[in-house]
Amino acid sequence: MSLFPAEISEVMEVLLLRNYNTRLVVISTLLLGVASGLVGSFLLLRKRSLMSDTLSHACLPGIGLMFILVTLGGGDGKSIPLLLTGASISGLLGVGMVTAIRNTTKIKDDAAMGIVLSVFFGLGVVFLSVAQTLGGSAAGLETFIYGKTASMVEQDYQLLLGVTVAAGVMCMLLQKEFTLMCFDEEFARSLAWPVHGLDLLLMGLVTAVTVVGMQAVGLILIIAFMIIPAAAARFWTERYRVMWILSGCIGGLSGWLGASVSAWLPRLPAGAVIVLVAGCAFLFSLFFGGARGVLKLGLRRHHMRRKVGRQHLLRGIYELLEDEKTFANTPVSIKQLYAKRSWTHTELHKLISRAKKEDHIEVVSGDRLQMSESGFAEAARYTRNHRLWELYLIRFADVAARHVDRDADRVEHVLGPELVRQLEAELDAVEEMSPVIESPHDLHSGVGI
Amino acid sequence: MTWMMMDTWIVLVGVCCAVACALPGCLLVLRKMSMMGDAISHAVLPGLAIAFMVTGSRASVGMFAGAAVAGLLTAVFTQWVSHFGNVDRGAAMGIVFTTLFALGLILIVRGADKVDLDAGCVLYGNIEWTPMDLVSVGSLELPRALVILGSVMFLNLGIIVVLFKEFRIAAFDPALATTTGYHAGVLHYLLMIMVAVTTVASFEAVGSIIVIAMLIVPPCTAWLLTNRLGMMFFLSAVFGALSALLGHLAAIEVPTWFGFDSVSTSGMMATVSGLMFLAVWIAEPRGGLIARQLRRSRSDSVQSS
Repeated sequence: MSLFPAEISEVMEVLLLRNYNTRLVVISTLLLGVASGLVGSFLLLRKRSLMSDTLSHACLPGIGLMFILVTLGGGDGKSIPLLLTGASISGLLGVGMVTAIRNTTKIKDDAAMGIVLSVFFGLGVVFLSVAQTLGGSAAGLETFIYGKTASMVEQDYQLLLGVTVAAGVMCMLLQKEFTLMCFDEEFARSLAWPVHGLDLLLMGLVTAVTVVGMQAVGLILIIAFMIIPAAAARFWTERYRVMWILSGCIGGLSGWLGASVSAWLPRLPAGAVIVLVAGCAFLFSLFFGGARGVLKLGLRRHHMRRKVGRQHLLRGIYELLEDEKTFANTPVSIKQLYAKRSWTHTELHKLISRAKKEDHIEVVSGDRLQMSESGFAEAARYTRNHRLWELYLIRFADVAARHVDRDADRVEHVLGPELVRQLEAELDAVEEMSPVIESPHDLHSGVGI
Repeated sequence: MTWMMMDTWIVLVGVCCAVACALPGCLLVLRKMSMMGDAISHAVLPGLAIAFMVTGSRASVGMFAGAAVAGLLTAVFTQWVSHFGNVDRGAAMGIVFTTLFALGLILIVRGADKVDLDAGCVLYGNIEWTPMDLVSVGSLELPRALVILGSVMFLNLGIIVVLFKEFRIAAFDPALATTTGYHAGVLHYLLMIMVAVTTVASFEAVGSIIVIAMLIVPPCTAWLLTNRLGMMFFLSAVFGALSALLGHLAAIEVPTWFGFDSVSTSGMMATVSGLMFLAVWIAEPRGGLIARQLRRSRSDSVQSS
C-alpha cells in the first residue's frame, strides 16, 4: 500500500510540471498539439489531410541538401534555422509539384501525393547518405525522422514556441477567410479574394508547423497530430467554429497527456505514446461523439426505425378498416395485414408486440387485433399525413397517382406539425376532407411497399 | 567504375522488388488508393513486432503472416473509420496508419532488448548488403533477398495473370464487377494482402519508402503513356526494372563526379523512377507538358489570325 501514494505523487509531479525538463517537453508538445489541431482542421475540411504526410516526407531533401551545401561552404551544417529553411523550401516545392501533376495530367490527387512523397524521400535518403560521408556531424539529421521529444533543449523549445504561437494567431486572424475557402472556394473567388494566396498561406502554415513538429515528435507522428485531433473534433459538433476550437483543445490535451505519460515511462518513445493517446481520443470520439458519434447515430437510426415501423403498422390497420367501409374501430385479422406491406412473419410480429407495449393495439382473439383509443387516433393522424403528402406530390410535383404511395412513404415519417399545417393550407384540404381524407389512388391496385 | 558480381546481384534484387511492387501498384493507382501503399507499409510494423514476439525469430513465414494480417487490418480499419465515422477516406487512412505505426514502435522498443529490428532498417533498408546473405537453392548459391523477392514477384505476376479480367472490371467499375458475380470486396482485400506481403518482402532489401515509390511511380509513368491495362502492367514493370538498374548505376557512378563515395542505392532507385516520370510528364507526345504548350500556342495563333 505504501507504494501507491508515491506513485500518485510521481504522476502529479509530471502532470503539474514540477520538473524543469519535463515542463519544457510537456509545454512544447501541448503547444504543438494546439497549433497542429488548429491548422489540421482546415486540411481536413479541404479533404487534404494526407498532404501533411507528403509535406513531411518532402522536407527531407531540403534538409539534406542544405546540410551538404552549408558544410561544403564551411559553415555549421547543423544550424537549425538554415535546416528548417531548407526543409520548408523543399516541402513547399513538393506541394507545388502535387498541384502541378494533378492539374496537367490524368493522375489523381492521391497518386500525385504518393509520387512526390516517395521520390522526394528517396532523394532525401540519397542526400543524407552523402551527408554522412562528410563527417560524423551529420548524425543529428536523423532526429527529423524519429523526433527527439525527450531530449529537446532550450533552443528547440523557443523555436517551437515561436512557430506554434505564430501559426495559431495567424489561424485565428484568418479564420473566416480560411473557413470560407474550405467550404466554398468558388464563392470566395467571386468575392475577389486571393484564393491562391490564401491556399499558399495555409500550406505555408502547415509547412511551418510540420517542420518544427517533425523535429519534436518525428515524421510519422506529426502527420498524426495534423489529422487526428481535427477528425476527432468532427464527431462532437456540427458547428465549424466549435469544431475548430475543439480540435485545438484535443490536440493540446493529447500532447499534454502523451508527453506526461512518456515522461513517466521514459523507456517508451515519446512521439509514439503521444500518438497513441491521440488515437484513443479519436476512438472515444468516434463512439461517444455528441453529434456524429457512432452510438449517437445508431440510437437515432434505431428510434427512427421504430417510429417508421409503428406508423406503417397503424396505417396498415387503418386502411384495412377503410376497406371494410366501417370507419369504426373494429378488430381486424393479422392475416389481412400481410397484404398491406411486404412484411415478413417476424417483422410483423415484432411490430405488433411493440405496439401492444405502447398501448396502441391489443390482441382480441387469436389472430385478430384491435386498436386502442389512442392508437386509433394516431393511426388516423398518420394516414391523414400520408394522404396529404400524396396529394401534394400529385398536385405540385406531378407524380403519377400510381407511384405516389411509394414516394410519399419516404417522406411522411418526418413531417412535423408545422409542415402538416403548411400542406393543409396549400391544399385547402382542411374543411371538406377532415378528419381523414380519402386516398388519392386505388388502395388495391399496386403492391404495398 | 568497376562492376562486380555483387552489383549484378544488387540490380537483380532491385529489379525483382520493383516489378513485384509495380504490378499491384497499377491497380492501386487506378482504384485511387495509391496512399494505401504508404499506409500499409507503415502499418505492418505492429504485425512484424507481434509476429517476432510470438515466434521469437526473424524467420520469414511468421513475419509474412503478421504483415499480411496487419496490412489487411489497415484496410479494414480504414474502411470502418471512413464508413461508420463518415470521415474522409484520406484522413481515415492517416489516422489508422499513424496509430498502428506508433503501436508498432512501442512494441518494438518493448522487445528491443533482444531484437535487431529497428525502425531505421524498416525505413531505409539495405540493398547493398543483400548479396552477403546467401542461401543455397538446389546447387546455386543465391542471395536470400533475391529468392524471397523473386518468389513474391512471380506470385504477384501469377495472381494478376489469372485474375486479369476480374481485376480489370473491379479497377474501373467495382459495382459492375459485383453485379457480374466477381466479388469486388474480395478482390479489394486480395490486393491489400498482395501489397502487404510485397511490402514486407521488400523491407529488408529497399526500405518502406522505396516500396511506396515502386508501387506508385512506375505505374503512373506507364499510365501517362497508355490507356490499356495490359500495356500499363507491362510498361510499369519495365519502368520499375529500369529504375533498379539505372538507380544502382547512378548510385555508384554519379557521386564520384563530385568526389563523393557511392550513395544509397534504394534512395537512388526512387530518384531515378521520379526522373523517368518527370521525363514522360514533360515529353509525352499526346498530353505531356510540351505537347500541351504547343497546342495552346497553336490555338492562340489560330485565334489571333
